[in-house]
Amino acid sequence: MLAYAAHRLLQFVGTLVAASLIVFLALEVLPGDAAQILLGTEANAETLKALREQLGLDRPAVARYGGWIGGLLTGDLGTSHIYGVPIADMLAERIALSAPLALLAFALSTVLALPLGVFAATRRGSAGDWAVIGFAQIGLAVPNFWFGILLILVFAVQWGLFSSGGFPGWEAGIGPAIKALILPAVALALSEAAILARVARSAMLETLGEDYIRTARAKGLSERRVLFGHALRNAMIPVATIMGLQFAFLVMGAVIVENVFYLPGLGRLLLQSIFQRDLVVVRDLVLLLSGFVILVNLLVDLAYAAIDPRPRTAAAGGDAR
Amino acid sequence: MSPTAERLWASRRHPSFVIGGAIAGMVLTAAALAVFWTPYPIDGVDALNRLKGPSLAHPLGNDHFGRDVLSLLMGGALTSVTVGVTAVGLGLGIGAPLGLAAALNRGGLIDSAIARVSDLIFAFPAVLSAVLITAVYGPGAVNAVVAIGIFNIAIFARVARGAAIGVAARPFVTAAAAIGRSRLGVALVHVAPNIAGVLIVQATIQFAVAILAEAGLSYLGLGVQPPEPSWGKMLADAQTFMFTHPLQAVFPGAAIMLAVLGLNLLGDGLRDALDPRLKPLRLG
Repeated sequence: MLAYAAHRLLQFVGTLVAASLIVFLALEVLPGDAAQILLGTEANAETLKALREQLGLDRPAVARYGGWIGGLLTGDLGTSHIYGVPIADMLAERIALSAPLALLAFALSTVLALPLGVFAATRRGSAGDWAVIGFAQIGLAVPNFWFGILLILVFAVQWGLFSSGGFPGWEAGIGPAIKALILPAVALALSEAAILARVARSAMLETLGEDYIRTARAKGLSERRVLFGHALRNAMIPVATIMGLQFAFLVMGAVIVENVFYLPGLGRLLLQSIFQRDLVVVRDLVLLLSGFVILVNLLVDLAYAAIDPRPRTAAAGGDAR
Repeated sequence: MSPTAERLWASRRHPSFVIGGAIAGMVLTAAALAVFWTPYPIDGVDALNRLKGPSLAHPLGNDHFGRDVLSLLMGGALTSVTVGVTAVGLGLGIGAPLGLAAALNRGGLIDSAIARVSDLIFAFPAVLSAVLITAVYGPGAVNAVVAIGIFNIAIFARVARGAAIGVAARPFVTAAAAIGRSRLGVALVHVAPNIAGVLIVQATIQFAVAILAEAGLSYLGLGVQPPEPSWGKMLADAQTFMFTHPLQAVFPGAAIMLAVLGLNLLGDGLRDALDPRLKPLRLG
């Protein structure tokens, strides 16, 4: 386990470095540099040269990459070209919205999907089972941004229970802040809940067919003990794997849903920065989000290795998905 | 008939296959029809009929430029299908051979290289790749195709590898290798036909995922650009008018949902027919 963890950790660092190179090089092939983009094509050569020096663009690419990574490691993410404020401050402010939003959606989808999946598996073929299967099919097909719009139409426009978007900030108090996050979290949670319910149902069905479940029933355990003591615990392994991976995708879904509800989170910042050509912010944000996905994959693999102690090879490690 | 074809033929009575096939067929027909005919021209701006509700002449109403919504939806179907087919084709065409090569040289250089690169690709879901590509080339439909396609390469490489490893261990494959068939011959004649079913199921699912992703990217303004019709773009426009004309936001979303639902059902039906134990990858 320790050797595997060390090996996996090394891979993690390697993947992270590769991701940073991809982000850096992608923005490097841009026609014209950041200074040109900021000043436009009409700018005179003097100003351009001064700005290049100020932004450090006159240095060779290797030095700029080194400077970027060195800065990241010491917590200096650079300064936004458009707003002139430290990017670290901008991100911190936005994470304070995006992280709770993703967590709320994650909690909602789990609370909804796990009982549905277990319920459906224990009543295979019943009307209830078909209802869960139907819910999962619809949930997978409804795009989160459309669901968000529909939620606004019903709960904000028709019934006036929620506002149609925007965020009052945590200074306004926990209540109003959470209230502003509820509709977006529901919009985000639907497809995740659909996937999770499907996985939970099939994992539960698979475990219920195992020999040790028959043994447990044969020795006279109550159905409740069999279900929750034996089956659920084992069915949780694939479910937990998917939940880990889904959390990474929740963050991605949040990029879209934040834009539906005009929430000032990381996703909205990403979109604004790309359209304002604030490329240093784009660079940090894309690396932050992809780095997060890589980190979650690492944690899922390590957790999987800890739960399932059978020997694993490096190649099998990647197949946990 | 080959075993795969036989099972496919047998699946024609499977309920999700039939329902999914019918819906997907409808979307494909609408898309194919839009190539040479729509009830009204897609760019047919009509200032007198802005944001009109459904009528006999325009069964789904008119949008904020007075364009016929049904015609726009048909054009959007064509866009979605084009992006979906190209993105899945990219993934299948590049990813599946790579996965096959990795499986037959298990633990080798290609295998570990593919494992590392696909790990890296999985860290860039379509939204992030699309942002990077947009930074360089500006927004456009091609970005959406490339962003979704790259992700698909990793998915198909992984699925093909997993399936091929299972097939490669079976006696008829080792026998073929034993009587001296070349590695390429074994791969193409014995392994590839036996993983076709898995790949077909995965392709159906990725087609659905691609339609969702294209709609999402176009909604954000990173994908298909006006005046090209796109369901995602239509929803973004409709959101502007949703307080006064909520119906505008209903039809494009319903179109996306139907297309994705149809393809997912079709994929489930195919999976049950080909091999119920299959667990296709479902990410994003």
